[in-house]
Amino acid sequence: MTDEATELTMNKTRKVPDATRRSSDSKSGRYLGRPAWGETQPEVADSSAMKVVVCVKQIPDPADPGALDPETKTLKRDSKLILDESDSYGVEMALQLVDAAGDGEVHLVSMAPNNEVSGLRTALAMGAASATIVSDDALQGSDALGTAKVLAAAIARQEPDLILAATESSDGYTGTVPEMVAALMDLPSVTFAKSIAIDGGAAKIQRQTEAGYDEVECPLPAVVSVTAGVVEPRYPSFKGIMAAKSKPVDELTIGDLGIDADQVGWAGAGQEIVAIEDAPAREAGEIIEDDGDAHERIVAFLDELKVL
Amino acid sequence: MDFSPNPDHELIIEAVDAVCAQFDDPYWSARDENHEFPWEFYDAMAAGGWVGVAIPEQYGGGGQGITEGALVLNRVAASGAAMNGSTALHLTMFGLNPVVRFGNDRLKETFLPRAAAGDLHVAFGVTEPDAGTDTSRIITRATEDGMGGWIINGRKIWTSKALESEVCLLLARTDGEPGEFNGLTLFLVDLDPEFCDITAIPKVGRNAVASCEVAYDDLPVEAWRMVGERGRGFHHILHGLNPERILLSGMACGIGEVALRRATAYANEREVFGRLIGANQAISHPLAKAHMELNAAKTMMMRAAWLYDNGHDCAEYANTAKYLAAEASFFAADQAMQTHGGLGYATEYHVERYWREARLQRLAPVSQEMTLNFIAQKIMGMPRSY
Repeated sequence: MTDEATELTMNKTRKVPDATRRSSDSKSGRYLGRPAWGETQPEVADSSAMKVVVCVKQIPDPADPGALDPETKTLKRDSKLILDESDSYGVEMALQLVDAAGDGEVHLVSMAPNNEVSGLRTALAMGAASATIVSDDALQGSDALGTAKVLAAAIARQEPDLILAATESSDGYTGTVPEMVAALMDLPSVTFAKSIAIDGGAAKIQRQTEAGYDEVECPLPAVVSVTAGVVEPRYPSFKGIMAAKSKPVDELTIGDLGIDADQVGWAGAGQEIVAIEDAPAREAGEIIEDDGDAHERIVAFLDELKVL
Repeated sequence: MDFSPNPDHELIIEAVDAVCAQFDDPYWSARDENHEFPWEFYDAMAAGGWVGVAIPEQYGGGGQGITEGALVLNRVAASGAAMNGSTALHLTMFGLNPVVRFGNDRLKETFLPRAAAGDLHVAFGVTEPDAGTDTSRIITRATEDGMGGWIINGRKIWTSKALESEVCLLLARTDGEPGEFNGLTLFLVDLDPEFCDITAIPKVGRNAVASCEVAYDDLPVEAWRMVGERGRGFHHILHGLNPERILLSGMACGIGEVALRRATAYANEREVFGRLIGANQAISHPLAKAHMELNAAKTMMMRAAWLYDNGHDCAEYANTAKYLAAEASFFAADQAMQTHGGLGYATEYHVERYWREARLQRLAPVSQEMTLNFIAQKIMGMPRSY
């Protein structure tokens, strides 16, 4: 933490109110077609083995910008997909938490077309132990809620102590999936984490805010979204890459998760993309040539914007 | 021949690129200008297991071959690190190869795990002031000390990384007469400052990694530090020299590739006389030619590496690859400079650094002329010309 951050921090400790959790006997599995997982929550305090699930999205390489499919009006995802950089922070944080616990493992959950695993392999090479990939033709067109239903069902099979996700993906940017997953799983949700410490059956989390950070505490299991840039993701080592090739990846369909096709994909989407068009080009800025009075004109310009 | 994409190689390339991306051109310019070994880069590569990628798994290495070593070094050079980055690593890959192949168990168990972890720096001492390419005439001598060990006296030149290295793979005469290849013996010696005087040689480029002159004055060497058989050192060291040529092919191609990338970007953005300079064939054709030549050299590198890794004689192809890569690399760097016009001579654009470092491969580790001699005489059967 920098000195500035220390000064800025509001440094308040508060508990995530229990009210933010649904009661554990509510039918949290109603979207999942599975028994509510909340009934068998593991007791973290009794075991040092820690299981962390990280939701990872595999996206078209931003260095090679993808195209929109004019027919489906969605991003084409038929080329090689890579690990979304914003998810690498969650993977790193999960690996660090398991290291700190001294025992446990990191499991990845992803939803992508064609059982795509190239992005998952990167995270496995970083050190995750195993992964679940959910692929199904019926998933095409899924909105954030449809995606969350699938992820929640896949996560529930793992019975994790903690679920991490990025605050938002680098291609979709809805920034809502982690919270939806938490709601569907009837788990507490903490957003914008900059650090997480596990203390018995609870997580102590620093939540990034505009002014600094909040310190919050919540019971486990919980879904926590991790802010990009808060940890330094490790680079896959040669041995990590080679080991990743033989790590187990469970390939699932929505049928395996007990999800009906009409709950996801285009059929289940609560949104419709009616048209796509190019973003308007940025207007050219004003170039001020210095004839000796440039500083005055810049001040006048900024005055007009009311930023001074 | 199977040219289908190798998924392992793609993963290696992707991972090495990610590490190298942390070290940009200004980093390398600064190391070069200040004559500083790139420790941060070396440590990052060692932590990823890339330095020990070709050391057998039983000693903690990656268990890969010269093919993978060449690919790693190619990507390092192509990141803009050029020779300053790739030669910080490559000695561990080829320099210890004779130890892997011929070393006794004690040598392997003592040194290979540390080398695999990147913790042991190795130099390679063959060339002498009065015996450059003519290795049979080296005069560095190892004499028996009467207690089972050896005393080494002599002088080596162009020993890269000697200042940073703890040990050196050293070729010395134990038997026979000058001019004979038999009678040379290989040792893995300590560069003990009490008996070794190391002086850096000021030079044109690749200044982050010093090239040194090393004087050995009564250096004591224990018997177990002999690599392979007494008198067979030259034959053993070929398992360093041929891999070295293959690795250098990868490094040379990498310099050409980064030079070409910068040149192409510049040709696509620089407007003169109302149009992009890349629209002029005098700019685009030489760059296209450089692209093809680099591709050809890299293909030859892969063939030579495949031969070596599969236990075949690779001398012709290792030499061919190194020759073609050195030419293609320098041509690409030179054209990159030409494409940049006057700015190509400015350090800010980095092509001058690539150009200086690409020039080296036409001289070392063997001159282009001696490579032609080898091909003409040994491969094509023409008379010896030197």
